Amino acid sequence: MDIVGYRRIVPGTQPEYLHPAYTSSVKRSPTKKLVQLPHTLTEVTGPMFGHDKVGPDDHDLTKGHAGAPIGERIIVSGRVLDGDGRPVPNTLVELWQCNATGRYRHANDQHDAPLDPNFDGAGRSFTDAEGNYKFITIKPGAYPWRNHFNGWRPQHLHFSLFGPSFMTRLVTQMYFPGDPLIPLDPIFNCVTDARARDRMISTFDIETTVPDFALGYRFDIVLRGRDATPMGM
Amino acid sequence: MSKLTPTPSQTVGPYYSIGLNWLITTDLARDATTGERIVVSGRLTDGDGAPIPDAVLEVWQADANGRYAHAEDTQDKPKDATFKGFGRVPTDKDGNFVFTTIKPGAVPGPGNSLQAPHILVALSMRGLLRHVYTRIYFSDEAAANATDPILGLIDEPARRATLVAQRAKGAAEYRWDIAMQGTGETVFFDA
Ligand SMILES: [Fe+2]
Repeated sequence: MDIVGYRRIVPGTQPEYLHPAYTSSVKRSPTKKLVQLPHTLTEVTGPMFGHDKVGPDDHDLTKGHAGAPIGERIIVSGRVLDGDGRPVPNTLVELWQCNATGRYRHANDQHDAPLDPNFDGAGRSFTDAEGNYKFITIKPGAYPWRNHFNGWRPQHLHFSLFGPSFMTRLVTQMYFPGDPLIPLDPIFNCVTDARARDRMISTFDIETTVPDFALGYRFDIVLRGRDATPMGM
Repeated sequence: MSKLTPTPSQTVGPYYSIGLNWLITTDLARDATTGERIVVSGRLTDGDGAPIPDAVLEVWQADANGRYAHAEDTQDKPKDATFKGFGRVPTDKDGNFVFTTIKPGAVPGPGNSLQAPHILVALSMRGLLRHVYTRIYFSDEAAANATDPILGLIDEPARRATLVAQRAKGAAEYRWDIAMQGTGETVFFDA
């Protein structure tokens, strides 16, 4: 069987494991040289999920409770693309976030900000045949963290995607344009290549803004690309 | 065709369970799945030897015939339709994890080689800005492990051993600990 692998990371466009400004990386990142793994059948395959996994309202984080969550309602949509700009259809997109006050519904989040009884902060969606996905949610708050003195995370959404193989697995965060906390954030700034980094900032979009309902933000996500097909195939 | 730079990875952070727990899968096999039922368990520790309670392993493996539930596996082998091959396994407050599956069959490797039975692992946690990849092999496959083309890429035998889950005597239970750092640091792959 001829295996077509995935392109290797261009240095600077993805985070290094050890990033001392992000304190938690110091004791949890590998210290020994990684072993280069050829892409075999194991690597170029991966889980495929059926659409039955996701309910019709799972992409709408404002639903599922007696009332509406507090906060600025937003529509986040975009396309999932492969490294050659082609849409990635029928792939699972998972999303989680804090509420409008900057508090996560999690036992370990002790930030002194109120929970919202009408907001859990989790959603999921599948891309359509053209690679489009969409979520309806509320804008998350900024929140403090103990990484460094007076550290605050910029407003962000956590995204998780699979793509066509185990090599395209991606967990990332989406940021909002113009957030003054972005330049100060060690997690955002773990990527040295500015163009790659800026892929994580969504854009405000009047086209997907719905009158009298919610502002639209666009966030296209690019998964890892594939090597050229070997000659003769 | 122009190449696009992939979106950078970011850490799953301390609260990934909010978004990922709905798909927790710690028993990969169904009643009708063929193959030997096995349990793999272990403990995940950091550079101080402290347990890591907020990590998640994602595992990917072939069925007992050595076939993947994926369109790009075109091997001429029977496929077990009851087996999907994916698991999502969190660590608990003591850094322990456990999952039940079937022992995978052997799959082809580079060239005409054959790979020893193995499970591919993507490991995510607060502190990792990008998940790490590693693999689980099996101690009772010593002959196959000795010729495995991927294990063969690891120079030091002691490091190779970090990828081999140890089978308990008389039971289909394997122990596989993960050390992020230190003398027994697990082998991680640049994939
Ligand atoms: Fe967060």
